[in-house]
Amino acid sequence: MSLADAMEIVGHSDPGMVRSHNEDSIANDVRFGLVILADGMGGYNAGEVASGMATTVLMTELQSALSHTAPFQPDEAGAEAHTAAARLMREQITKANTSIFSAAQSQPQYSGMGTTLVTALFYDNKVTVAHIGDSRLYRFRAGQFNQITRDHSLLQEQIDSGMITEEEAKHSQNKNLVTRALGIDPTVEAEVHDYETQVGDIYLLCSDGLSDMVEDPEIGLTLETLGGNLNLAAQQLVQMANDNGGRDNVSVLLVKILKEYPAAKGLFGKFLGWFK
Amino acid sequence: MAKLILSMDGLVLKEISLSKERTTIGRKPHNDIQIDNLAVSGEHAVIVTILNDSFLEDLGSTNGTLVNGQPIKKHFLQPNDVIELGKYKLKYINEAPKVAAAADFEKTMVLRPGSMPKPSAAAAPVAKADGDHTVKNPGGTPAAPTPAPAVAPATPARQGAIQLLSGANVGKELILTKALTTLGKPGVQVAVITRRPQGFFITHVEGAHFPVVNGKTLDAQAHPLNDHDVIEIAGTKMEFFYK
Repeated sequence: MSLADAMEIVGHSDPGMVRSHNEDSIANDVRFGLVILADGMGGYNAGEVASGMATTVLMTELQSALSHTAPFQPDEAGAEAHTAAARLMREQITKANTSIFSAAQSQPQYSGMGTTLVTALFYDNKVTVAHIGDSRLYRFRAGQFNQITRDHSLLQEQIDSGMITEEEAKHSQNKNLVTRALGIDPTVEAEVHDYETQVGDIYLLCSDGLSDMVEDPEIGLTLETLGGNLNLAAQQLVQMANDNGGRDNVSVLLVKILKEYPAAKGLFGKFLGWFK
Repeated sequence: MAKLILSMDGLVLKEISLSKERTTIGRKPHNDIQIDNLAVSGEHAVIVTILNDSFLEDLGSTNGTLVNGQPIKKHFLQPNDVIELGKYKLKYINEAPKVAAAADFEKTMVLRPGSMPKPSAAAAPVAKADGDHTVKNPGGTPAAPTPAPAVAPATPARQGAIQLLSGANVGKELILTKALTTLGKPGVQVAVITRRPQGFFITHVEGAHFPVVNGKTLDAQAHPLNDHDVIEIAGTKMEFFYK
Protein backbone atom coordinates (compact mmCIF):
# COMPACT_ATOMS: atom_id res chain seq x y z
CA MET A 1 0.00 0.00 0.00
CA SER A 2 1.37 3.38 -0.85
CA LEU A 3 1.50 6.24 1.59
CA ALA A 4 -0.64 8.35 -0.73
CA ASP A 5 -3.61 6.07 0.04
CA ALA A 6 -2.93 6.05 3.75
CA MET A 7 -2.85 9.77 4.38
CA GLU A 8 -4.18 13.07 3.17
CA ILE A 9 -1.99 16.17 3.24
CA VAL A 10 -3.02 19.77 2.64
CA GLY A 11 -1.06 22.96 3.09
CA HIS A 12 -1.96 26.62 3.12
CA SER A 13 0.32 29.64 3.50
CA ASP A 14 -0.77 33.26 3.67
CA PRO A 15 1.14 36.53 4.20
CA GLY A 16 -1.42 37.64 6.80
CA MET A 17 -3.02 41.05 7.14
CA VAL A 18 0.02 43.21 7.94
CA ARG A 19 3.10 41.90 6.14
CA SER A 20 3.69 42.34 2.46
CA HIS A 21 6.14 39.43 2.20
CA ASN A 22 5.47 35.84 3.05
CA GLU A 23 8.62 34.60 4.78
CA ASP A 24 7.07 31.22 5.51
CA SER A 25 7.68 28.29 3.24
CA ILE A 26 5.92 24.93 3.13
CA ALA A 27 6.45 21.74 1.14
CA ASN A 28 5.08 18.22 1.17
CA ASP A 29 5.45 14.98 -0.73
CA VAL A 30 2.86 12.38 0.11
CA ARG A 31 4.80 9.62 -1.71
CA PHE A 32 7.47 9.80 0.96
CA GLY A 33 5.11 10.86 3.76
CA LEU A 34 7.16 14.03 4.16
CA VAL A 35 5.97 17.47 5.28
CA ILE A 36 8.18 20.53 5.89
CA LEU A 37 7.38 24.00 7.22
CA ALA A 38 9.87 26.85 7.73
CA ASP A 39 9.40 30.40 9.04
CA GLY A 40 12.23 32.61 7.83
CA MET A 41 13.69 35.72 9.37
CA GLY A 42 16.10 38.38 8.21
CA GLY A 43 16.02 41.76 6.58
CA TYR A 44 14.60 42.66 3.18
CA ASN A 45 13.70 39.35 1.50
CA ALA A 46 16.38 37.26 3.26
CA GLY A 47 13.76 35.55 5.42
CA GLU A 48 12.05 34.17 2.34
CA VAL A 49 15.37 33.03 0.96
CA ALA A 50 16.27 31.21 4.17
CA SER A 51 12.93 29.43 4.57
CA GLY A 52 12.80 28.64 0.85
CA MET A 53 16.29 27.15 0.96
CA ALA A 54 15.40 25.09 4.01
CA THR A 55 12.32 23.51 2.44
CA THR A 56 13.93 23.00 -0.99
CA VAL A 57 17.18 21.51 0.28
CA LEU A 58 15.41 19.24 2.76
CA MET A 59 12.79 18.13 0.27
CA THR A 60 15.18 17.25 -2.55
CA GLU A 61 17.84 15.72 -0.32
CA LEU A 62 15.38 13.66 1.68
CA GLN A 63 13.62 12.52 -1.48
CA SER A 64 16.86 11.18 -2.89
CA ALA A 65 17.99 9.73 0.44
CA LEU A 66 14.65 8.00 0.97
CA SER A 67 14.75 6.37 -2.44
CA HIS A 68 17.94 4.57 -1.33
CA THR A 69 17.28 3.94 2.32
CA ALA A 70 13.98 2.86 3.81
CA PRO A 71 13.25 5.01 6.84
CA PHE A 72 12.07 2.12 9.01
CA GLN A 73 15.38 0.24 8.78
CA PRO A 74 17.27 0.04 12.00
CA ASP A 75 20.10 2.50 11.88
CA GLU A 76 23.31 0.62 11.18
CA ALA A 77 25.44 3.52 12.34
CA GLY A 78 24.09 3.71 15.86
CA ALA A 79 23.54 0.85 18.26
CA GLU A 80 20.52 2.62 19.71
CA ALA A 81 16.97 1.65 18.86
CA HIS A 82 16.79 4.46 16.34
CA THR A 83 15.55 4.04 12.83
CA ALA A 84 17.27 5.41 9.79
CA ALA A 85 14.65 8.18 9.57
CA ALA A 86 16.02 10.14 12.51
CA ARG A 87 19.58 9.93 11.19
CA LEU A 88 18.56 10.91 7.65
CA MET A 89 16.63 13.91 8.91
CA ARG A 90 19.49 15.05 11.14
CA GLU A 91 21.97 14.72 8.25
CA GLN A 92 19.82 16.65 5.80
CA ILE A 93 19.01 19.34 8.34
CA THR A 94 22.76 19.79 8.84
CA LYS A 95 23.12 20.11 5.08
CA ALA A 96 20.37 22.72 4.88
CA ASN A 97 21.95 24.59 7.78
CA THR A 98 25.30 24.68 6.01
CA SER A 99 23.73 25.92 2.76
CA ILE A 100 21.88 28.76 4.46
CA PHE A 101 24.81 29.65 6.68
CA SER A 102 27.28 29.84 3.81
CA ALA A 103 24.87 31.86 1.66
CA ALA A 104 24.42 34.27 4.57
CA GLN A 105 28.20 34.50 4.99
CA SER A 106 29.02 35.04 1.33
CA GLN A 107 26.24 37.45 0.33
CA PRO A 108 25.96 40.64 2.35
CA GLN A 109 22.25 41.08 1.62
CA TYR A 110 21.54 37.72 3.24
CA SER A 111 23.71 38.36 6.27
CA GLY A 112 22.15 37.03 9.44
CA MET A 113 19.25 35.30 7.77
CA GLY A 114 17.84 32.19 9.37
CA THR A 115 14.71 30.13 9.67
CA THR A 116 12.77 27.99 12.08
CA LEU A 117 11.84 24.51 10.95
CA VAL A 118 9.37 21.76 11.71
CA THR A 119 9.33 18.63 9.61
CA ALA A 120 7.67 15.24 9.91
CA LEU A 121 8.29 11.97 8.13
CA PHE A 122 5.53 9.35 8.22
CA TYR A 123 6.47 5.67 7.73
CA ASP A 124 5.57 2.28 9.18
CA ASN A 125 2.69 3.60 11.36
CA LYS A 126 5.13 6.04 12.92
CA VAL A 127 6.14 9.62 12.53
CA THR A 128 9.56 11.13 13.11
CA VAL A 129 9.38 14.80 13.97
CA ALA A 130 12.31 17.22 13.84
CA HIS A 131 12.10 20.86 14.81
CA ILE A 132 14.20 23.94 15.45
CA GLY A 133 12.77 27.17 16.86
CA ASP A 134 9.12 28.03 17.47
CA SER A 135 7.31 26.42 14.55
CA ARG A 136 5.12 23.72 16.01
CA LEU A 137 3.60 20.32 15.51
CA TYR A 138 0.25 19.57 17.14
CA ARG A 139 -1.69 16.32 17.18
CA PHE A 140 -5.44 15.91 17.26
CA ARG A 141 -6.34 12.40 18.43
CA ALA A 142 -9.71 11.15 19.70
CA GLY A 143 -10.95 14.57 20.75
CA GLN A 144 -7.66 15.58 22.36
CA PHE A 145 -5.60 18.39 20.89
CA ASN A 146 -1.99 18.48 22.09
CA GLN A 147 1.17 20.35 21.23
CA ILE A 148 3.87 17.77 20.49
CA THR A 149 6.92 19.95 19.93
CA ARG A 150 8.38 22.22 22.58
CA ASP A 151 9.47 25.61 21.30
CA HIS A 152 13.11 26.59 21.36
CA SER A 153 12.29 30.07 22.57
CA LEU A 154 13.18 32.38 25.39
CA LEU A 155 9.59 32.25 26.59
CA GLN A 156 9.56 28.47 26.80
CA GLU A 157 12.80 28.54 28.78
CA GLN A 158 11.29 31.05 31.15
CA ILE A 159 8.22 28.85 31.59
CA ASP A 160 10.37 25.76 32.11
CA SER A 161 12.51 27.42 34.75
CA GLY A 162 9.39 28.60 36.57
CA MET A 163 10.08 32.30 36.10
CA ILE A 164 6.69 32.89 34.56
CA THR A 165 3.49 30.92 34.23
CA GLU A 166 1.86 30.01 30.93
CA GLU A 167 -0.81 32.62 31.64
CA GLU A 168 1.83 35.33 32.10
CA ALA A 169 3.60 34.10 28.99
CA LYS A 170 0.61 35.19 26.88
CA HIS A 171 1.34 38.77 27.89
CA SER A 172 5.10 38.62 27.58
CA GLN A 173 6.84 40.98 25.23
CA ASN A 174 9.45 38.39 24.34
CA LYS A 175 7.18 36.17 22.28
CA ASN A 176 9.25 36.38 19.18
CA LEU A 177 12.70 35.40 20.43
CA VAL A 178 13.87 31.96 19.41
CA THR A 179 16.92 30.33 20.94
CA ARG A 180 17.67 28.05 18.00
CA ALA A 181 17.37 28.60 14.28
CA LEU A 182 18.60 27.08 11.07
CA GLY A 183 21.37 28.94 9.23
CA ILE A 184 22.49 31.26 12.02
CA ASP A 185 25.47 29.27 13.25
CA PRO A 186 27.83 26.80 11.52
CA THR A 187 26.17 23.95 13.42
CA VAL A 188 22.69 23.42 14.72
CA GLU A 189 21.06 20.66 16.67
CA ALA A 190 17.57 19.66 15.65
CA GLU A 191 15.31 18.09 18.22
CA VAL A 192 14.14 14.74 16.82
CA HIS A 193 11.53 12.38 18.27
CA ASP A 194 9.55 9.36 17.09
CA TYR A 195 5.84 8.83 17.77
CA GLU A 196 3.35 6.10 16.95
CA THR A 197 0.46 7.18 14.77
CA GLN A 198 -3.14 6.00 14.84
CA VAL A 199 -5.80 5.94 12.16
CA GLY A 200 -7.86 9.13 12.46
CA ASP A 201 -5.02 11.27 13.84
CA ILE A 202 -4.70 14.76 12.40
CA TYR A 203 -1.26 16.38 12.58
CA LEU A 204 -0.90 20.13 12.31
CA LEU A 205 2.37 21.84 11.47
CA CYS A 206 2.15 25.61 11.84
CA SER A 207 4.18 28.79 12.05
CA ASP A 208 3.85 31.12 15.03
CA GLY A 209 1.54 33.27 12.90
CA LEU A 210 -1.17 30.76 13.76
CA SER A 211 -0.26 29.76 17.31
CA ASP A 212 0.18 33.41 18.42
CA MET A 213 -3.08 34.59 16.90
CA VAL A 214 -5.45 31.72 17.62
CA GLU A 215 -5.85 30.03 21.00
CA ASP A 216 -5.13 26.29 21.10
CA PRO A 217 -8.71 25.27 22.04
CA GLU A 218 -10.02 27.16 19.00
CA ILE A 219 -7.53 25.35 16.74
CA GLY A 220 -8.59 22.05 18.30
CA LEU A 221 -12.26 22.86 17.75
CA THR A 222 -11.58 23.60 14.10
CA LEU A 223 -9.83 20.27 13.56
CA GLU A 224 -12.60 18.48 15.41
CA THR A 225 -15.47 20.03 13.45
CA LEU A 226 -13.82 20.33 10.05
CA GLY A 227 -11.60 17.23 10.16
CA GLY A 228 -13.80 15.70 7.46
CA ASN A 229 -12.76 18.38 5.00
CA LEU A 230 -9.05 18.98 5.50
CA ASN A 231 -8.77 21.68 2.88
CA LEU A 232 -11.55 23.68 4.49
CA ALA A 233 -9.97 23.18 7.92
CA ALA A 234 -6.65 24.61 6.66
CA GLN A 235 -8.41 27.60 5.12
CA GLN A 236 -10.45 28.14 8.26
CA LEU A 237 -7.31 28.18 10.46
CA VAL A 238 -5.65 30.79 8.25
CA GLN A 239 -8.87 32.81 8.20
CA MET A 240 -9.13 32.72 12.00
CA ALA A 241 -5.56 34.01 12.35
CA ASN A 242 -6.35 36.80 9.90
CA ASP A 243 -9.68 37.63 11.58
CA ASN A 244 -7.78 38.04 14.85
CA GLY A 245 -5.39 40.52 13.28
CA GLY A 246 -3.11 38.39 11.11
CA ARG A 247 0.00 40.22 12.31
CA ASP A 248 2.39 37.59 10.98
CA ASN A 249 2.58 35.20 8.05
CA VAL A 250 0.33 32.22 8.66
CA SER A 251 1.16 28.74 7.42
CA VAL A 252 -0.45 25.42 8.15
CA LEU A 253 0.14 21.87 6.97
CA LEU A 254 -2.41 19.23 7.91
CA VAL A 255 -1.82 15.50 7.72
CA LYS A 256 -4.68 13.11 8.33
CA ILE A 257 -4.04 9.39 8.79
CA LEU A 258 -6.69 7.51 6.80
CA LYS A 259 -5.38 3.95 7.03
CA GLU A 260 -2.60 1.98 8.66
CA TYR A 261 0.63 2.03 6.69
CA PRO A 262 2.94 -0.69 7.94
CA ALA A 263 6.22 -0.81 6.08
CA ALA A 264 6.66 -3.63 3.58
CA LYS A 265 9.55 -5.32 5.32
CA GLY A 266 11.78 -8.00 3.82
CA LEU A 267 12.22 -9.15 0.27
CA PHE A 268 8.73 -10.53 -0.12
CA GLY A 269 7.16 -7.31 1.06
CA LYS A 270 9.27 -5.27 -1.36
CA PHE A 271 8.47 -7.67 -4.14
CA LEU A 272 4.77 -7.33 -3.39
CA GLY A 273 5.18 -3.58 -3.21
CA TRP A 274 6.35 -3.42 -6.83
CA PHE A 275 3.13 -4.91 -8.07
CA LYS A 276 0.84 -2.55 -6.22
CA MET B 1 13.41 51.25 28.92
CA ALA B 2 11.59 50.38 32.12
CA LYS B 3 12.06 52.54 35.18
CA LEU B 4 11.10 52.75 38.83
CA ILE B 5 9.84 55.81 40.66
CA LEU B 6 10.76 55.81 44.32
CA SER B 7 8.43 57.69 46.62
CA MET B 8 7.51 57.96 50.29
CA ASP B 9 4.24 59.40 51.59
CA GLY B 10 3.36 60.52 48.08
CA LEU B 11 6.62 62.44 47.72
CA VAL B 12 8.72 61.45 44.71
CA LEU B 13 12.31 60.89 45.79
CA LYS B 14 14.07 59.45 42.80
CA GLU B 15 13.70 57.91 39.38
CA ILE B 16 15.74 54.82 38.58
CA SER B 17 15.99 53.29 35.12
CA LEU B 18 16.34 49.52 34.95
CA SER B 19 19.37 49.54 32.68
CA LYS B 20 21.20 46.75 34.44
CA GLU B 21 20.37 43.12 34.28
CA ARG B 22 20.29 42.92 38.09
CA THR B 23 19.16 45.90 40.09
CA THR B 24 19.47 45.31 43.81
CA ILE B 25 17.41 47.07 46.46
CA GLY B 26 18.40 47.25 50.14
CA ARG B 27 19.58 49.29 53.09
CA LYS B 28 23.31 48.69 52.62
CA PRO B 29 25.25 51.18 50.51
CA HIS B 30 26.39 48.70 47.84
CA ASN B 31 22.82 48.28 46.55
CA ASP B 32 21.84 49.87 43.26
CA ILE B 33 18.83 51.38 44.99
CA GLN B 34 19.78 52.19 48.54
CA ILE B 35 16.94 52.90 50.96
CA ASP B 36 18.35 53.89 54.31
CA ASN B 37 15.51 52.86 56.56
CA LEU B 38 15.49 50.25 59.31
CA ALA B 39 12.35 48.60 57.89
CA VAL B 40 14.38 47.69 54.80
CA SER B 41 16.75 44.72 54.98
CA GLY B 42 20.42 45.00 54.05
CA GLU B 43 19.78 43.03 50.87
CA HIS B 44 16.04 43.30 50.47
CA ALA B 45 15.09 42.48 46.91
CA VAL B 46 16.41 42.26 43.38
CA ILE B 47 14.92 43.09 39.98
CA VAL B 48 16.14 40.98 37.09
CA THR B 49 15.55 42.58 33.71
CA ILE B 50 15.66 40.57 30.51
CA LEU B 51 15.01 42.71 27.46
CA ASN B 52 11.64 44.27 28.16
CA ASP B 53 10.58 41.99 30.98
CA SER B 54 11.44 42.60 34.62
CA PHE B 55 11.13 40.16 37.48
CA LEU B 56 11.09 41.18 41.13
CA GLU B 57 12.35 38.78 43.75
CA ASP B 58 12.37 39.17 47.52
CA LEU B 59 15.75 38.10 48.93
CA GLY B 60 14.33 36.75 52.18
CA SER B 61 13.89 40.20 53.69
CA THR B 62 12.75 40.59 57.30
CA ASN B 63 9.68 42.66 56.56
CA GLY B 64 8.85 41.32 53.10
CA THR B 65 8.05 42.92 49.77
CA LEU B 66 4.54 43.81 48.61
CA VAL B 67 3.33 44.30 45.07
CA ASN B 68 -0.01 46.08 44.76
CA GLY B 69 -0.59 45.28 48.43
CA GLN B 70 0.12 41.56 48.14
CA PRO B 71 3.23 39.97 49.65
CA ILE B 72 5.34 38.29 46.97
CA LYS B 73 8.39 36.08 46.75
CA LYS B 74 8.83 36.37 43.02
CA HIS B 75 6.80 38.50 40.64
CA PHE B 76 6.71 39.25 36.91
CA LEU B 77 6.36 43.04 36.93
CA GLN B 78 3.53 44.56 34.94
CA PRO B 79 3.36 48.25 33.99
CA ASN B 80 2.16 50.42 36.90
CA ASP B 81 2.77 47.78 39.56
CA VAL B 82 3.52 49.37 42.92
CA ILE B 83 6.26 47.71 44.98
CA GLU B 84 6.23 48.46 48.70
CA LEU B 85 9.15 48.10 51.10
CA GLY B 86 8.13 49.45 54.47
CA LYS B 87 6.91 53.01 53.94
CA TYR B 88 8.68 53.30 50.60
CA LYS B 89 6.94 52.75 47.30
CA LEU B 90 8.45 51.95 43.93
CA LYS B 91 6.24 52.32 40.91
CA TYR B 92 7.20 50.23 37.88
CA ILE B 93 6.81 52.10 34.61
CA ASN B 94 7.45 50.33 31.34
CA GLU B 95 6.78 52.23 28.19
CA ALA B 96 7.52 49.58 25.65
CA PRO B 97 8.46 50.89 22.22
CA LYS B 98 4.89 50.61 21.01
CA VAL B 99 5.24 52.21 17.64
CA ALA B 100 8.02 50.15 16.22
CA ALA B 101 8.21 50.28 12.47
CA ALA B 102 5.09 48.50 11.35
CA ALA B 103 7.04 46.18 9.10
CA ASP B 104 9.18 44.93 11.95
CA PHE B 105 6.19 44.28 14.14
CA GLU B 106 6.63 40.97 15.92
CA LYS B 107 9.32 39.67 13.68
CA THR B 108 10.85 36.49 14.90
CA MET B 109 14.42 36.98 16.03
CA VAL B 110 17.14 34.65 17.13
CA LEU B 111 18.67 34.81 20.52
CA ARG B 112 22.23 33.60 20.27
CA PRO B 113 23.22 30.97 22.74
CA GLY B 114 25.71 32.38 25.17
CA SER B 115 24.71 35.97 24.57
CA MET B 116 22.38 35.79 27.53
CA PRO B 117 22.56 34.25 30.93
CA LYS B 118 20.43 31.16 31.36
CA PRO B 119 17.07 31.92 32.90
CA SER B 120 18.18 29.89 35.90
CA ALA B 121 20.76 32.57 36.61
CA ALA B 122 17.95 34.99 37.08
CA ALA B 123 15.91 32.57 39.10
CA ALA B 124 18.69 31.83 41.56
CA PRO B 125 20.02 35.01 43.07
CA VAL B 126 23.42 33.47 43.81
CA ALA B 127 24.07 32.48 40.22
CA LYS B 128 26.54 34.64 38.44
CA ALA B 129 25.17 36.58 35.54
CA ASP B 130 27.62 36.57 32.69
CA GLY B 131 27.69 38.71 29.61
CA ASP B 132 25.42 41.50 28.60
CA HIS B 133 22.10 40.72 27.07
CA THR B 134 21.91 41.43 23.42
CA VAL B 135 19.60 40.17 20.80
CA LYS B 136 20.89 38.96 17.54
CA ASN B 137 18.79 40.86 15.12
CA PRO B 138 19.41 39.78 11.57
CA GLY B 139 17.49 42.71 10.14
CA GLY B 140 19.97 45.19 11.57
CA THR B 141 17.13 47.24 13.00
CA PRO B 142 16.92 47.78 16.72
CA ALA B 143 15.26 44.96 18.58
CA ALA B 144 11.78 46.21 19.25
CA PRO B 145 9.57 43.50 20.60
CA THR B 146 6.13 44.85 21.06
CA PRO B 147 3.51 43.98 23.60
CA ALA B 148 1.24 41.42 22.06
CA PRO B 149 -1.46 40.18 24.36
CA ALA B 150 -3.26 37.22 22.91
CA VAL B 151 -6.15 38.55 20.93
CA ALA B 152 -9.47 37.23 22.08
CA PRO B 153 -11.44 35.70 19.26
CA ALA B 154 -13.36 38.50 17.69
CA THR B 155 -17.07 38.36 18.26
CA PRO B 156 -19.60 39.90 15.96
CA ALA B 157 -21.70 42.53 17.63
CA ARG B 158 -24.89 40.49 17.50
CA GLN B 159 -25.64 37.00 18.64
CA GLY B 160 -26.77 34.60 15.95
CA ALA B 161 -29.05 31.61 16.32
CA ILE B 162 -30.87 29.04 14.25
CA GLN B 163 -34.32 27.58 14.73
CA LEU B 164 -35.39 24.25 13.24
CA LEU B 165 -38.38 24.57 10.91
CA SER B 166 -38.84 20.87 10.14
CA GLY B 167 -37.86 17.42 11.38
CA ALA B 168 -38.28 15.75 14.76
CA ASN B 169 -36.97 18.70 16.77
CA VAL B 170 -39.04 21.34 15.02
CA GLY B 171 -39.11 24.61 16.88
CA LYS B 172 -35.83 23.94 18.69
CA GLU B 173 -33.42 26.85 18.91
CA LEU B 174 -29.64 26.73 18.83
CA ILE B 175 -27.60 29.77 19.76
CA LEU B 176 -24.37 30.07 17.79
CA THR B 177 -21.89 30.73 20.59
CA LYS B 178 -18.93 28.81 19.22
CA ALA B 179 -16.59 29.96 16.46
CA LEU B 180 -17.70 26.92 14.48
CA THR B 181 -21.00 25.08 14.62
CA THR B 182 -21.60 22.03 12.46
CA LEU B 183 -25.03 21.11 11.14
CA GLY B 184 -26.31 18.00 9.40
CA LYS B 185 -25.62 14.28 9.57
CA PRO B 186 -22.00 13.06 9.53
CA GLY B 187 -21.43 10.80 6.55
CA VAL B 188 -24.47 12.20 4.73
CA GLN B 189 -24.20 15.95 4.60
CA VAL B 190 -22.44 18.37 6.91
CA ALA B 191 -22.17 22.14 6.78
CA VAL B 192 -20.52 24.52 9.20
CA ILE B 193 -21.54 27.97 10.36
CA THR B 194 -18.48 30.09 11.20
CA ARG B 195 -18.68 33.14 13.42
CA ARG B 196 -16.43 35.91 12.13
CA PRO B 197 -16.02 39.59 12.93
CA GLN B 198 -18.01 40.42 9.80
CA GLY B 199 -20.89 38.14 10.74
CA PHE B 200 -21.89 34.52 10.18
CA PHE B 201 -20.99 32.37 7.19
CA ILE B 202 -22.11 28.95 6.09
CA THR B 203 -19.76 26.54 4.28
CA HIS B 204 -20.19 23.04 2.92
CA VAL B 205 -18.00 20.46 4.71
CA GLU B 206 -18.83 16.99 3.42
CA GLY B 207 -21.43 14.99 1.50
CA ALA B 208 -22.56 14.88 -2.10
CA HIS B 209 -25.22 17.55 -1.59
CA PHE B 210 -24.52 21.17 -0.86
CA PRO B 211 -26.55 23.26 1.55
CA VAL B 212 -29.48 25.25 0.19
CA VAL B 213 -30.04 28.83 1.36
CA ASN B 214 -33.35 30.54 0.46
CA GLY B 215 -33.97 27.92 -2.20
CA LYS B 216 -30.57 28.38 -3.84
CA THR B 217 -27.94 25.64 -3.76
CA LEU B 218 -24.55 26.89 -2.58
CA ASP B 219 -21.17 26.15 -4.12
CA ALA B 220 -17.98 25.28 -2.21
CA GLN B 221 -17.43 28.90 -1.18
CA ALA B 222 -18.40 30.34 2.20
CA HIS B 223 -21.76 32.12 1.98
CA PRO B 224 -22.64 35.05 4.26
CA LEU B 225 -25.84 34.57 6.27
CA ASN B 226 -28.43 37.30 6.56
CA ASP B 227 -31.15 37.67 9.14
CA HIS B 228 -34.04 35.22 8.50
CA ASP B 229 -32.23 33.19 5.83
CA VAL B 230 -33.74 29.72 5.47
CA ILE B 231 -31.15 26.93 5.31
CA GLU B 232 -31.75 23.36 4.17
CA ILE B 233 -29.26 20.67 5.17
CA ALA B 234 -29.74 16.88 4.96
CA GLY B 235 -33.48 17.33 4.45
CA THR B 236 -33.97 19.57 7.47
CA LYS B 237 -35.04 23.20 7.18
CA MET B 238 -33.89 25.82 9.60
CA GLU B 239 -33.89 29.56 9.90
CA PHE B 240 -30.93 31.74 10.77
CA PHE B 241 -31.65 34.92 12.68
CA TYR B 242 -29.96 37.51 14.89
CA LYS B 243 -31.17 37.51 18.45
